[in-house]
Amino acid sequence: MRNQIVKKEKIASKTYSFWIYHPEIVSHYKPGQFIILRVTEKGERIPLTIVEVDREKEIFRIIFQVVGKSTRLLSKIDENEMILDILGPLGNEVRINKDVANILFVGGGIGIAPLFSKIKEFLKEKKLKGSVILGARSSENLILENEILEITRNIYITTDDGSKGKKGFVTDALRDLLNTNEDIDLVISAGPVKMMKKTVEIAKKNKIDILVSLNTLMIDGTGMCGGCRIEYDNKTRFTCVDGPVFDGYKVNFQQLIKRNNQYHSHECKIKNLEDNL
Amino acid sequence: MAVNPKDRPSEERINDFDEVNLGYTDEEAVKEAQRCKECGVCIKGCPVRINIPAFISQIKKKNFKRALSIIEKDNILPGICGRVCPQENQCEARCIMDNPINIGALERFLADKKVPKDIGIYPSKNNKKIAIVGSGPAGLTSAFELKKSGFEVVVYEALHKLGGVLRYGIPNFRLPDEIIDEEIEQLKKMGVQFRTNFLIGKTLYLDELLDKFDGIVIATGAGLPRYLKIPGENSIGVFFANEFLTRINLMKAYKFPEYHTPIYKGKKVVVIGGGNVAIDAARVARRLKSEVMICYRRLEEDMPARNEEIQHAKEEGIEIKTLLNPKKIISKDDGKIKKVKFVKMKTVGKQQDGRNAVVETEEYIDIETDIFIEAIGQIPNKIIQQNSKGLEFDSWNSLKIDENMETTKNNVWAAGDVVSGAATVIKAMGEAKKAAEKIIKEIGG
Ligand SMILES: Cc1cc2nc3c(=O)[nH]c(=O)nc-3n(C[C@H](O)[C@H](O)[C@H](O)COP(=O)(O)OP(=O)(O)OC[C@H]3O[C@@H](n4cnc5c(N)ncnc54)[C@H](O)[C@@H]3O)c2cc1C
Ligand SMILES: Cc1cc2nc3c(=O)[nH]c(=O)nc-3n(C[C@H](O)[C@H](O)[C@H](O)COP(=O)(O)OP(=O)(O)OC[C@H]3O[C@@H](n4cnc5c(N)ncnc54)[C@H](O)[C@@H]3O)c2cc1C
Ligand code: SF4
Ligand code: SF4
Ligand code: FES
Repeated sequence: MRNQIVKKEKIASKTYSFWIYHPEIVSHYKPGQFIILRVTEKGERIPLTIVEVDREKEIFRIIFQVVGKSTRLLSKIDENEMILDILGPLGNEVRINKDVANILFVGGGIGIAPLFSKIKEFLKEKKLKGSVILGARSSENLILENEILEITRNIYITTDDGSKGKKGFVTDALRDLLNTNEDIDLVISAGPVKMMKKTVEIAKKNKIDILVSLNTLMIDGTGMCGGCRIEYDNKTRFTCVDGPVFDGYKVNFQQLIKRNNQYHSHECKIKNLEDNL
Repeated sequence: MAVNPKDRPSEERINDFDEVNLGYTDEEAVKEAQRCKECGVCIKGCPVRINIPAFISQIKKKNFKRALSIIEKDNILPGICGRVCPQENQCEARCIMDNPINIGALERFLADKKVPKDIGIYPSKNNKKIAIVGSGPAGLTSAFELKKSGFEVVVYEALHKLGGVLRYGIPNFRLPDEIIDEEIEQLKKMGVQFRTNFLIGKTLYLDELLDKFDGIVIATGAGLPRYLKIPGENSIGVFFANEFLTRINLMKAYKFPEYHTPIYKGKKVVVIGGGNVAIDAARVARRLKSEVMICYRRLEEDMPARNEEIQHAKEEGIEIKTLLNPKKIISKDDGKIKKVKFVKMKTVGKQQDGRNAVVETEEYIDIETDIFIEAIGQIPNKIIQQNSKGLEFDSWNSLKIDENMETTKNNVWAAGDVVSGAATVIKAMGEAKKAAEKIIKEIGG
C-alpha cells in the first residue's frame, strides 16, 4: 500500500531510517529531491530528503533525527504502518557543471542524509572522482558510514569529542583537504546552517565552487506560501521550488539563520509541555 | 423592506474563528423571498446560470428541498457560493429591485438546511476518463459537470486537503470547513475520485496523465504570491499573506499547540493591500489579539475587496489607512522587523477602470510594527508544465486558451484563476462549467 513503511531501523542515537512504499515518488525521483509529510490529523507538514530509492521494490528511503514534536511522532510509527500524507518528489535535481571531475562532499550530523543522495548520484552512478568528509558530535551520532564506504574509500571522519576519526569539526578537515588536494573543483555541503556557512567561507577562500543543500522552514513545498524564502544573490528565492540546492556563494546565511529561528520560542513551548507530561 | 441576515456582534466574534454571519431563519428567508418578482433578469448575472426565480419561488412555498435541488442542477457548491460569492456584483447587481433581493443569503440558507440532498450516483456511461488538476472551485465544478454527463472523473490535488483557496485562503469565520467538506462529500457520493498529495509536474507528469485519460482540465489556480520587492522584505515578522493564511486555515495554527503548526504573533500588525486577501489576513490577525492596520495605496472606495468585508473589518476595530505605499522595511539586530517606511501618495484623476490614479509625493512616514503582511496579489505557478512540453503561458503566467477553453496542448483544457489570474470563486466556476461543456461536446459522445 502507498505510504507504508516497509522497513524501519534505528541507525544512530535518535536517528531513524525508513523505507517507504510509493511507486510514483520512486519512479519520478531525481537526486536532490525531498518529500513533505504529515504524521497526524493535527500535525505539521515537515520536509525530509529522499536519501535513496529502490526502483524495483518501488520504495524510497528517508533518514531523520528526532529534534521536535513532528519527528518524534514520526519515529513512533511502526513498520508496516502507514504515513498519513506524503507529497513528492519536491524540489529540483542537483546539477553540476559538465567539467567538474573531482568533488569533495562535506556532511555534518543529520546533514549526511541529504548528502548521501548526492554521493550516490555522482560517485556511484556518474562514477566521478571524489572524497567525503563526515562529521558528528560523537561516534554514536555518525550515520551512513558503511554505505558510503561501499562507494568510496576516501572518507575522512571528524567527531567533536574524538570518539571516532579525528577530534574536531568537518570544517577543519575541509580546510586541510583543500590546502593539500589541488584537484578538487567542487564542494557539496549539507548540515546545520552554521556549518554550511563556514564551509562556504572556506571554499571561497580557496576559490572553489560550493553547492549547499538548504533546510528552511516549509509549509506547502509548492511555491505557494513563501515561508521558505531566502535571500540569494540579493534576490528572493523559494527553497522548495528554486532549490533546495544552491550556489553557496550567493546565499545570505546570516539571514537564513535568523529566519530558521523564528519559531524557536514556540518549539520550546511544545517541548516544555511535553516534558511536563 | 429587505430582510438582512444578522451578524454576530463584533466584540464577541473577534474572540474566535466561528462564522460571523448567522444566516436566515425560515421565517426570514420566506419573507425575503416574497419580495421577488420572479422576473428572471438576475440569471444573466450568475456565471453558472442558476434558475434564481424558480428556487426563490419554492422558498415562498416552503419547499426547501425542491428549492435546493433546483440550485444543485447548476451549482454543486451553494453553501460556498452563498457565502463568498461577490453577489453584489453578480446576480444581485442585475436584480430589478431598487433594494436587490439577497439571493446569495437565500442560497446559503437552503444549503444550510441540510435536507437530504437529491444527488444520485452517476455511473460512468461513456467509458471516457477525465483528469482534473486542482481541487479549488474550478476543479470541483468541472468534476461535477463531467461526472453528471457520465465521464469517469479523477481530481488530483497537491495539498493534503481539498478545496484550494476555499480551504487554505478564506478563513473559517467566513467559510467554515464543514461546509466545504459537505459539498465535496456530495461529489464523492456522485462517484468523483480524489487523489490528494499529487503535485502534477512532480508526482506525475501532465504527459503521463494524457496517456491514461481522454482529456485533462487544468484548474491549478493562482497560488504564487506577488511581493513588493523592497529592501528588508525577508526580515522576521514579514509574511506573504498566503503563508499567514495557510498556517491559520489549512494548518489551524490558531489552535497551537493542540495543532502542531505554530504562528508568529505580534502586538501590532500592518497589512498591505486592498483586496479580499488583505482583509482576510487583517481579520485573522485581529482574532490573534493584535492591533491591526491595513495600508492601501489608493482610497478606500478603490479597494477591490467586497464592501461587506471592509465594513466587517472596521467593526472589528481594524484601522484602514489610505494613500500609503511601503518603500522599505527596517529591522532590528536580531532580524526582527522594527518599522516600515511609507511614501505618501496623492490622487491624480481617474483611471480607465474608474478607480483613482495615484502618484508618490515626497513625504514619508514610518510606522512601527511587529508583523507586516503583504497581500498584493497572486499569479499562477507553472509547476504543472514541468517535465512536459507544449503549454503556453502569457507574461503574467496565465495559461493561454482558445475560445473552446482548450490550451495550446491537445485534449488539455483549463479554467479558473490559472487562466484569468486571481479572480473570484464564481467566475472560476463559470469558466469551469464552460470548459466542461466544451469537453462534453468534443469528446463526450
Ligand atoms: C529540503 C529539506 C530537507 C530536509 N531533510 C532532512 C533529512 O533528510 N533528515 C532530517 O532529519 N531533517 C531534514 N530536514 C529538517 C527537518 O525538516 C526538520 O528537522 C523537521 O521539520 C523538524 O520538525 P520537528 O517538529 O520534529 O521539530 P521542531 O519542533 O519543528 O524543531 C526542533 C528544532 O529544529 C529546528 N528546525 C525545525 N525545522 C528546521 C529546518 N527545516 N531546518 C533546520 N532546523 C529546523 C527548530 O528551530 C528547532 O530548534 C530537512 C529540511 C528541509 C527544508
Ligand atoms: C484569501 C483569499 C480570499 C478570497 N476571498 C474571495 C471571496 O470572498 N469571494 C470570491 O469570490 N473570491 C475570493 N477569493 C478568490 C477565489 O478564492 C479564487 O478566485 C478561486 O478560489 C479560484 O479558484 P480555482 O479553482 O481557479 O483555483 P484555487 O482555488 O486556487 O485552487 C487551485 C488548486 O490547485 C492546486 N494545485 C496547484 N497546482 C497544482 C499541481 N501542479 N498539481 C496538483 N494540484 C495543484 C492547489 O493546491 C489548489 O488547491 C479569495 C482568494 C483568497 C486567496
Ligand atoms: S452562485 Fe453567486 S452569482 Fe450565482 S446566484 Fe448564487 S450568489 Fe448569485
Ligand atoms: S431580478 Fe430580482 S426580482 Fe427578478 S427574479 Fe431575480 S431576484 Fe427576483
Ligand atoms: S514551502 Fe511554501 S513556498 Fe516553499
